[in-house]
Amino acid sequence: MDALLFMIFAAIAVICGINLVVQTHPISSALSLVGVMGALAALYLLLGGEFIAAAQLVVYAGAIMVLFVFVIMLLNAGAEKKPKIRPMGKYLGAPLLLLFFGMMAYLIQQILPSSPPVVFGAFQGGTAADIGRSLFTVYLLPFEVTSVLILIAILGAIVLARKEVD
Amino acid sequence: MQQLWLIPILPLLGFLLNGLFGKRFSKPVINTIAVGSVVLSFLWVLKTLTGLSAFSGGLEETYKEHYYTWIQSGALNISVDFAIDRLTAVMLMVVTGVGALIHIYAVGYMAHEGGYYRFFAYLNLFMFFMLILVLGANFLILFVGWEGVGLCSYLLIGFYFLEKFATDAGNKAFIVNRIGDFGFVLAIFLVFIHFGTLDFATVFAQVRGMPVEASAGIFTAISLLLLVGATGKSAQIPLYVWLPDAMAGPTPVSALIHAATMVTAGVYMIARTSQIYLHSTNALEIVALVGLTTAFVAATIGLAQNDIKKVFAYSTVSQLGYMFLGLGTGAFSAGIFHLMTHAFFKALLFLGAGSVIHALSGEQDLRQMGGLRKHIPITFVTLMCAGVAIAGVPPFSGYHSKDMILEAAYQHAPWMYWVGVFTAGMTAFYVFRALFLCFFGKYRGHHHPHESPAVMWMPLAILALLSLGGGYINVPKFLEPIFPLAEGGTEPWLTYVSVAAGLGGIALAYLFYVLSPSLPESLANSFKGVYTLIYNKYFVDEFYDAAVVEPMVDGSRQLLWRVGDTRLIDGFANGIGTTARGIGGILRRAQSGYIRSYAAWVLAGAILAIAYIGFMGAPR
Amino acid sequence: MPLHFGPLPAAVPPSWYLMLSAILFALGVLGFLLRRNIITVFMSIELMLNAVNLSFITFSYMLKRVDGHIFSFFVMVVAAAEAAVGLAIILTVFKNRQTLEIDEVSSLKN
Repeated sequence: MDALLFMIFAAIAVICGINLVVQTHPISSALSLVGVMGALAALYLLLGGEFIAAAQLVVYAGAIMVLFVFVIMLLNAGAEKKPKIRPMGKYLGAPLLLLFFGMMAYLIQQILPSSPPVVFGAFQGGTAADIGRSLFTVYLLPFEVTSVLILIAILGAIVLARKEVD
Repeated sequence: MQQLWLIPILPLLGFLLNGLFGKRFSKPVINTIAVGSVVLSFLWVLKTLTGLSAFSGGLEETYKEHYYTWIQSGALNISVDFAIDRLTAVMLMVVTGVGALIHIYAVGYMAHEGGYYRFFAYLNLFMFFMLILVLGANFLILFVGWEGVGLCSYLLIGFYFLEKFATDAGNKAFIVNRIGDFGFVLAIFLVFIHFGTLDFATVFAQVRGMPVEASAGIFTAISLLLLVGATGKSAQIPLYVWLPDAMAGPTPVSALIHAATMVTAGVYMIARTSQIYLHSTNALEIVALVGLTTAFVAATIGLAQNDIKKVFAYSTVSQLGYMFLGLGTGAFSAGIFHLMTHAFFKALLFLGAGSVIHALSGEQDLRQMGGLRKHIPITFVTLMCAGVAIAGVPPFSGYHSKDMILEAAYQHAPWMYWVGVFTAGMTAFYVFRALFLCFFGKYRGHHHPHESPAVMWMPLAILALLSLGGGYINVPKFLEPIFPLAEGGTEPWLTYVSVAAGLGGIALAYLFYVLSPSLPESLANSFKGVYTLIYNKYFVDEFYDAAVVEPMVDGSRQLLWRVGDTRLIDGFANGIGTTARGIGGILRRAQSGYIRSYAAWVLAGAILAIAYIGFMGAPR
Repeated sequence: MPLHFGPLPAAVPPSWYLMLSAILFALGVLGFLLRRNIITVFMSIELMLNAVNLSFITFSYMLKRVDGHIFSFFVMVVAAAEAAVGLAIILTVFKNRQTLEIDEVSSLKN
């Protein structure tokens, strides 16, 4: 059962990812990304990260992607013209990627030659209570710092996007 | 301590004061400093020599003062030492005495010239270097003085530096001197290699104990190289060409440097190193030959010159040839004796010529003179004294010294004697030709001649007295401890023949230029070729130009400048710049401005990082 | 690679999750390099972040610790902030250059 669920959601994620890269209109790419995030949320659930799954759907797919869609609508971004891939990208990018991919595969196999398979419910430590406990004790400092970070981001966004004062 | 160092230092002080502050001094102050320093130096020489009982039979050994060690490097140990022996004493008296007289004369001569303080500063500097040359107790100190007088000669010849011919002459003098100095330096190297020291006393002591070598050997090598240096400084063949051109300088300079003192440095040097020469008979032979040839050739050139200073310049070259002849035949003291008498009458000739030029407001051409004995009587009388002295008329000074040389020449090789006698006749002829053209006949010029002021004719008078009576200063006897006198009498007819040659020369000149003035012209026209050859100084300058100067300049321009400088050195320097720019151009392509290429580079870097961490064993 | 060709296993080893994360990350990089619209590039960045999140959660599962979830949480927060600021920048760029082509924003050339 777990394997089947993994396969389905993994497939969805990959297909949506490919779609994001391939589509010409940004709005299609945005919607594909939403799909990816949704699939990933299900995978998080499989791995026992219920809080994170919920946060993914609420924050990422719900807020950030909506922001993206708003901006696309605001800018009235049209479909991309036929992309003219620069030689740098063409001859350098793909081989690099393949290399990267191969390296990752190898490393992963080295690191984890054999581990127990993933079973839904095997990890119970991802509840909101656990995360909250950890967040407010061990990781208190990063937590406070991130709140400052968000404040700065807000200020920055406002300053950057406001109208020119003549 | 006799404080020998004061002798050169006093003129040096004069140079520093006049050179640094002379611009602000008034003429009387400059005069006092310049003339005073030399006169004081002369007085100090007298005091020193009296203190060493030089005039009363003392000073048989060299008196040496050590000041400090100059160079101390491995086996090389050179200290600043001054030494006086009898030879030095003679030179000191001549240099400071005649020098003082010429300084006094220059006060009057240069009164209307610009750069007054500069002139006297250079003159004092020259005295300083000349005295260092004479007082030096080792080869290097002598060489310092040697170079220094060359420098001052250059500065003073090119004194009127706005005239191109003056600066050219200065350059020529310095460069030709340098060629001689090259030989001198090589000689110094050889001396050091073979004797391990440059100190005169030590070297000559070692030399005395060594056998005589006739031809190729260390003594011949050193002697010949020293001779090269001497020919440069003392204007012998082949390096004499600078002396006639040096007449571009003011007349006191010609008198001091190119008659009485600097040009005698070569003679002094050979006399000083006589021990080395005595050990190489071939070298001595060559010295005598060089001297004799120079004397003859220069006398022939002097026959046809029209500039009064040029006549006396060639006369100087010729008389220096006599001195070299004296040295080369082994009569070193005769050569030095002639050096002293020559200083007297040659300085007088030049100063007198300067007086004539001053009287005529700058005219130097003999063809524009004539009949001046009524206008400038004092100059006339003193110049006649110099003339009879140089012609070898007894009992005046020139006769004594020249006769001694000719006798030594006869002892050595009779043919040298006959050539020398013929040259003496020519000497008398051309000197009196100049004097007759200048003082007799009708005045052919356009100026208003006026007699020189006292400050100018007083030194002339003193020098005239010395020219007349200087022969009785028995220099060879004085120098006997250093240069033993030759034994045996001489045949009296030698003297009579040389005197007859001198008188004959005077008579011939009288015939040509006083009695029948048209005779020289017709004679010149009959022997047109010879006359042109002589008049153009045998085209030696032109020959040197074509053979040496032009190729060197051309080669320098074509090879060294075009290829070496422009292509190699500039190319190298520019090439570095071009290469840097090229590399920069290549590296610049990374800054393409395209964000995606930056992203690709980021990815590449990330892969490298991961590879390193993953495969190189980062902690797991 | 423990890929069994045969009947589907009941559960999947965690390395497969990591493989998936790698694939998604690679896709993100591909999009980042190849697309020319700024917004699409930005979304590729978000895809990469998500892939990393997945790998964090997987490791957290394997190590039976909650720290991976915390990391993932912070990644999300930072992604949110970055999205806000980034989109603001994109808006400004669009206002100044009237274009969303990433190749047109090349004033730093040479």
